Amino acid sequence: MKDDPKKIIGRILFGLLLLLLVLCSIFPFLWMISTSFKYDTQVFTNPIQWIPDPVKLDNYRKAWSEIPFALFLKNTALVAVAGTFLQVVCCSAAAYAFAKMEFMGKNILFMIFMATMMIPWHTIMIPQHMLMGRLGMHDKLATLILMQAFGAFGIFLLRQFFMGVPNELREAAQIDGAGEIRIFFSIMLQQARPGLAALTIFTFITQWNDYITPLIYLNSPKNYTLQLGLKMFATQYTMQYGLTMAGTLCSMVPLFVVYLIFEKQITKGIVFTGMKG
Amino acid sequence: MAKQISAKRQKAIKRNLTAYIFILPCLAGFMVYYLIPIFAGIGFSMTDYTGLSIKNIHFVGFDNYKNLFQNAYFKKAFMNNLIYTLLYTPITLIVALFFATVLNHVKRGVKFFRVCFFLPYVTSMVSVAIVWRLIFNPTNGPINILLGNLGISNPPKWLMSTKWALYAVIIVAVWKTFGYYMLILLAGMQTIPEHLYEAAAIDGARAAQKFWYVTLPLLSPTIFLCIVTLVINSFQVFDLVNVMTEGGPGTATNVLVYRIYEEGFKNANMGFACAIAYFLFGVTLVITLVQFIGQKRWVHYD
Repeated sequence: MKDDPKKIIGRILFGLLLLLLVLCSIFPFLWMISTSFKYDTQVFTNPIQWIPDPVKLDNYRKAWSEIPFALFLKNTALVAVAGTFLQVVCCSAAAYAFAKMEFMGKNILFMIFMATMMIPWHTIMIPQHMLMGRLGMHDKLATLILMQAFGAFGIFLLRQFFMGVPNELREAAQIDGAGEIRIFFSIMLQQARPGLAALTIFTFITQWNDYITPLIYLNSPKNYTLQLGLKMFATQYTMQYGLTMAGTLCSMVPLFVVYLIFEKQITKGIVFTGMKG
Repeated sequence: MAKQISAKRQKAIKRNLTAYIFILPCLAGFMVYYLIPIFAGIGFSMTDYTGLSIKNIHFVGFDNYKNLFQNAYFKKAFMNNLIYTLLYTPITLIVALFFATVLNHVKRGVKFFRVCFFLPYVTSMVSVAIVWRLIFNPTNGPINILLGNLGISNPPKWLMSTKWALYAVIIVAVWKTFGYYMLILLAGMQTIPEHLYEAAAIDGARAAQKFWYVTLPLLSPTIFLCIVTLVINSFQVFDLVNVMTEGGPGTATNVLVYRIYEEGFKNANMGFACAIAYFLFGVTLVITLVQFIGQKRWVHYD
């Protein structure tokens, strides 16, 4: 009974459908990997040669020697790590104040902060760029990092988590004589760990992949991040397909590793923020 | 008595001070990177500022805004952006819904499939653009080989053609971002109680009917949020266009943010660029408000 032929056919068809969907979503990656091991004359052949013959490993060596890959990687890591750290620290402090403290102008300030989520960054990028110029902050990685001190989304997200922490915990600590700063570091941050994790990962990925901000702020190649370097490199070596693909792949690997490690938290975080709007 | 009041006041001052110490770093970042630029931008949008010398600046009132629709590049970019929004939003939503529905039926290896479908989303726009530029190669790029195998003898020239370039960009944008919406829709589907499907089955509903009469209405709040996000994001497309086509060929893939970038940083037309920037803000604001008003007609909340 349980092996009804109709059901078996259904299952096979479903399996084929799944395979097709997987191919649709990952075929550019497969093509990229295959191309990165090819000589340029092997790239646009009909039919597609999925397993390169002969295999050219030289593209990877060349990608590392012809572009200052290590330098770009270092810049990107610096911006992503320091920026994320700043964002998480600043936003969690502010979010805690908004969630648990009473102070003058609390509601109006929170509303103003949240209103900035409605304004596209692109709307203010030009005046922001001019102001940074006046302050002598062009072509500096610090500009990109300091920009992370404020994030409406981060404040919103973490406030949700802090509000979920019972007030009794805070009151008990206050009776024990703990000040706000002690309470914040030793109790509240512990309690909001899932929120902190989600914000850390999101900010890190966004910072790592950011293109337009480095594009308008960084001028000298020694300050370039991976994304800028990649673009420069792809424009310079337009016709060197294998080399371009090898370089692009190398730039993607670190983030893929981060994603695979934190897959669960990322998925949860997206669902949490996406469904609440 | 007086002493008591002052002690109380001191406590209040201390409380406020502590709170503001917690907020200070964010507040400082907000002032420098957001508040001042927001107002400066409105101001500059009413001047003929070039971005080069602050001395030759003149107040021009609303001229920049009035001139928007006299400017052929801007008009073309706005039209392109509308086409982009009108295609990208529904296609991404449908693709995401389809993938989520399929994933919802997977029993084993859910994580594997989820990772595969989400991988494009974690990849940077620049990498995606670089790869797809090759995939769309008109002679023997993988896409055109596939189309050739399907019997299409004269496949489009994609990024080389003014007619097809924008559609190529849209295809890549859908591929890159659908995974995000799929995750949200999938989570929404999993909150729909099983007994509703069982009741529908007893009433003799087929799979398609279950989807239409049970899944879609119960999912409508989630779908609504996805549409709002999709539309807002569609007006901010830039990276993909900048790397894949640089707005071309000709003006075929020029979009609003690309205009802001070009007028501001390439053409030394900062005042005009600021006007476009606030036009962009106005458009997204109005469309979002209209959507929130219109949702009453089709979104079902319990």
